[in-house]
Amino acid sequence: MNTIIFRTFAPYLTALMVLFSVFILLRGHNDPGGGFIGGLLAASAFAIYGIANGVTPVRRAIYFHPISLAGFGLFIATLAGLPSILAQVPFLTGLWVYPKIGSVELALSTTLIFDIGVYFVVVGTITSIALALEERLED
Amino acid sequence: MNQTILLLLLPFLAALIAPALVRVLGEKAAWLLALAPATIFTHLTGYLAPVAAGEKFTMGLQWVPSLGANLSFYIDGLSLTFGLLISGIGTLIILYAGGYLKGHPQQGRFIGFLFLFMGSMLGVVMADNLIALFVYWELTSITSFLLIGFDHNREASRRAAVQALVVTGGGGLALLAGVIVLNLITGNTELSLVLNSGDVIRESPFYLLAFWLIIAAAFTKSAQFPFHFWLPNAMEAPTPVSAYLHSATMVKAGVYLLMRTNPVLGDTAIWQTVLPLFGTVTLVIGTLLAIRQTDLKLMLAYTTVASLGLLVMLTGFGSEKAIEAAVYYLVAHALFKGALFMVAGLIDHEAGTRDVRKLGGLRKAMPITFFAAALAGLSMAGLPPFIGFMAKEEIYYAIAKPDAWSVAITVFTIFGNALMLVIGAAVAILPFFGQKVETPKHAHEGPILLWLGPVVLSICGVVSAIFASATNLLFISPMASAVAGDSVYAKAAIVFHLGVPLTLSVVTIALGCLIFWKLEKARFAMAYILRKIGWGPDHGFDQFIAGTVGLSTKITRIIQNGRMEAYMTTVFLVFGIAVWSSLYIFDELPNWPRPSGLSFYETGIFLLAFVGLLAIIYAEDRLTAIISLGIQGFAVALIFILFGAPDLAFTQFMVETLSVVILALVMTRLTLHKTDHRPFYEKSFDFAVALTAGSAFTALLLAVVQVAFNPALSEFFAAYSRTIAHGRNIVNVIIVDFRGVDTLGEIAVVMIAGLGIIALIRIKGRQPRVEGDQ
Amino acid sequence: MEIALALLVGCFFTVSIYLLLSKYVIRILLGVAILGNAVNLLIFTAGRLTKEIPPIIPEALQVPDGIIANPLPQALILTAIVISFSFFAFLLVLGYRAFQDLNTDDTDSMRFAEPVDEPNPPLGY
Repeated sequence: MNTIIFRTFAPYLTALMVLFSVFILLRGHNDPGGGFIGGLLAASAFAIYGIANGVTPVRRAIYFHPISLAGFGLFIATLAGLPSILAQVPFLTGLWVYPKIGSVELALSTTLIFDIGVYFVVVGTITSIALALEERLED
Repeated sequence: MNQTILLLLLPFLAALIAPALVRVLGEKAAWLLALAPATIFTHLTGYLAPVAAGEKFTMGLQWVPSLGANLSFYIDGLSLTFGLLISGIGTLIILYAGGYLKGHPQQGRFIGFLFLFMGSMLGVVMADNLIALFVYWELTSITSFLLIGFDHNREASRRAAVQALVVTGGGGLALLAGVIVLNLITGNTELSLVLNSGDVIRESPFYLLAFWLIIAAAFTKSAQFPFHFWLPNAMEAPTPVSAYLHSATMVKAGVYLLMRTNPVLGDTAIWQTVLPLFGTVTLVIGTLLAIRQTDLKLMLAYTTVASLGLLVMLTGFGSEKAIEAAVYYLVAHALFKGALFMVAGLIDHEAGTRDVRKLGGLRKAMPITFFAAALAGLSMAGLPPFIGFMAKEEIYYAIAKPDAWSVAITVFTIFGNALMLVIGAAVAILPFFGQKVETPKHAHEGPILLWLGPVVLSICGVVSAIFASATNLLFISPMASAVAGDSVYAKAAIVFHLGVPLTLSVVTIALGCLIFWKLEKARFAMAYILRKIGWGPDHGFDQFIAGTVGLSTKITRIIQNGRMEAYMTTVFLVFGIAVWSSLYIFDELPNWPRPSGLSFYETGIFLLAFVGLLAIIYAEDRLTAIISLGIQGFAVALIFILFGAPDLAFTQFMVETLSVVILALVMTRLTLHKTDHRPFYEKSFDFAVALTAGSAFTALLLAVVQVAFNPALSEFFAAYSRTIAHGRNIVNVIIVDFRGVDTLGEIAVVMIAGLGIIALIRIKGRQPRVEGDQ
Repeated sequence: MEIALALLVGCFFTVSIYLLLSKYVIRILLGVAILGNAVNLLIFTAGRLTKEIPPIIPEALQVPDGIIANPLPQALILTAIVISFSFFAFLLVLGYRAFQDLNTDDTDSMRFAEPVDEPNPPLGY
């Protein structure tokens, strides 16, 4: 699989897939998509990069250890539940704000933060699994 | 909250701080710690006057009101007297333990255990709630296990501890069943209410069940024949434990239970047969076994067994007089036996041995000990002017009746009491009189911490007899009333009243003196008889344990045979048969629906999935297998698309791709059998099992889709997804909002799986790695 | 429609159980992977089938217009797919490590935890 075409092409493909995964994540609340799907897509992107160019460049590109990304995701997913304490509603109840930037109204919510947490957990876990297995293949 | 409830929980607090306090202050901490039980004792004395006037107190905290499980307490004459004995003797025992284990590195732990026991025991006698009673009861078993096994470096201690736990803990399970039966009969969970339903219980068809369960609990706890063997073995415990648990308090819990349930379970033919019968047998066997012992503690332990038998016999005898006698004897026994145990420990501590044959002439060296031993020993022997004498008078007064049953019991009781006198005299006289014998340690009087307990208890034995009217009014009458179920007025006094009881007392004393004179001979005779018999319940316990272990080993070998295939075959076969047979039995077999029109591409996708599945089974090499796995996965994704689940389809595509990739990564490095090499009959059997379970799923699913669908939940999500959760993709809204907590748990699972994989990959193997492709 | 899918679910389960019962680790792993799909399809079908209308509310409306696919089983299955994948990966690595350490892929020879000639437990206190 280490053809020169694949190796050259893979970084761009990965970048595109990660970008697309973020898009999928953010539109998830209204159209097909969401944290799980986005996360899987991004993880596949990193897996492809790993197969094509080896694990070391991927690890360098992600910068953090993937499992710490997963830990970060779990952390912010839990944090997303805490503001509901202030609003005196049950844990993880969605809260919404609509700030206006210029003429664009943004819909921000704790559920979005939660979904981003899900995304990070899935990306982190699956990428670390795939990279760990690929690494083993190399040695 | 009620002050009494707090005080009843105080010992547990003391248990927490005891180790730290002992570490700082050494054995002097005992003085401070003894304040806890002393406070409880003082507080409880405040109840004496109202309880004597006939009042009863209930108090408690609600815990699980819907199940009737509350932490509630009940104070009447019975529980009050017990509570005073436990806290009062407890105070002395804590002091005694301070002196006895002075300098022991584990002293703090020991005193902590003692406090745990004290709290549990107070709970047993005070508990009003039946479940609380059971919990406290088992807590006393567990703390007694810890205390008996305190010296856990010796095998004998460990064995005794396990034995006590198995016997009394097993009895506790019977108690649980018993209180549940009582609860089902009466509908009440509070003892104070159950006690009002005596007639309902006695007429219930479940009376016998409740009776035997309560009897099993009481007889194991109170070491009745044939469960008596654990109590002498428990003498492996340090002496403060023997004095506290195994004479004054814990072993009396069984008697307490019988006394407590006497108003509702008693007054029946079986109660008045079983209790006196086992009680008398225990009395005789206990005293006979006691004479053959030479160890002071063992002699006392066997007489404790005998005394408990006497108490059980009196409780079941069935007259108010007998109950009054039982109450008298219970108080007397707690006082003199506790004192004598402490004396035995004191002699052991100062002289270095507890063998009566190696002790003698300690009168001069240990005058205070001798004083306490003499008072307590005379009380045990049943001589005036001690409470033991009054108790014995009351006993004879109650049981000496002209019918054959009573006469038989009276004869055995005289015999037992005579032997008890022998032991009492032996413990009080043999170590102190006679020739001065050289002991392992140079004997001298112990410190105040050690002699305070026995002296106080033995003096109590005199004082309570001299002020008999106060004793009757404050302790005996209220307690006897509670046991009998209606008012009893005790009238015993220290003055002799000529008559049958006094005559029997004289006979007892004469018989006792005779045996004491020939004690050596009696001991040899008993030893000879026991050697001839050879087998005893103690040996039986070992056989029971060995048998249980052997049986469970055999069963484990059959059930856990180490063959995964066997486990899975069992699971799936049972599943398949269970589903099919229950569908058949309850007449829920699905109708065979007419196949509705499948479109061309639907048929195609289903066939694709089917082909993918077949290809996995028949794959000749692993690459084909992996690709086939991908095919069935993608077919599933297509099915999701067909039925309006784009999210699922997308996820399924991604997952199948990743599965194929990681499977390929791992499988290229394993040398594996490419195809199935198993014999044909094995394959056919496996296929039959798989088909049974698989078709069960089909039948189940068909049966499910043929019943009307309840769309309430789905409609709820559809109706509120946009209006309150502001999302148009209902599936995603359910995941991140409606069921967000679930999802939080699920992503935690995903992450844990990831951590597990990383750990698995990183750990070093036990053997050098065997690479498949080398 | 349901009948066809019910039969297919049966096929999935049968094949998966047949593979689980074979003694070789890699075939068992394939069985586990199929088992996940089988269970997901089972839940999916039990939630009733609706053709081709995803549970998405149109832009202009507050509640869905007419019949939509049942969203609840979809939400359950979506997370189940990801979890069963993590589980599958874990088992895969576990099987691989077992093969490395025990040098066999036959479950009958994996007797490290339950040896054939295990002595009786010791008696004593």
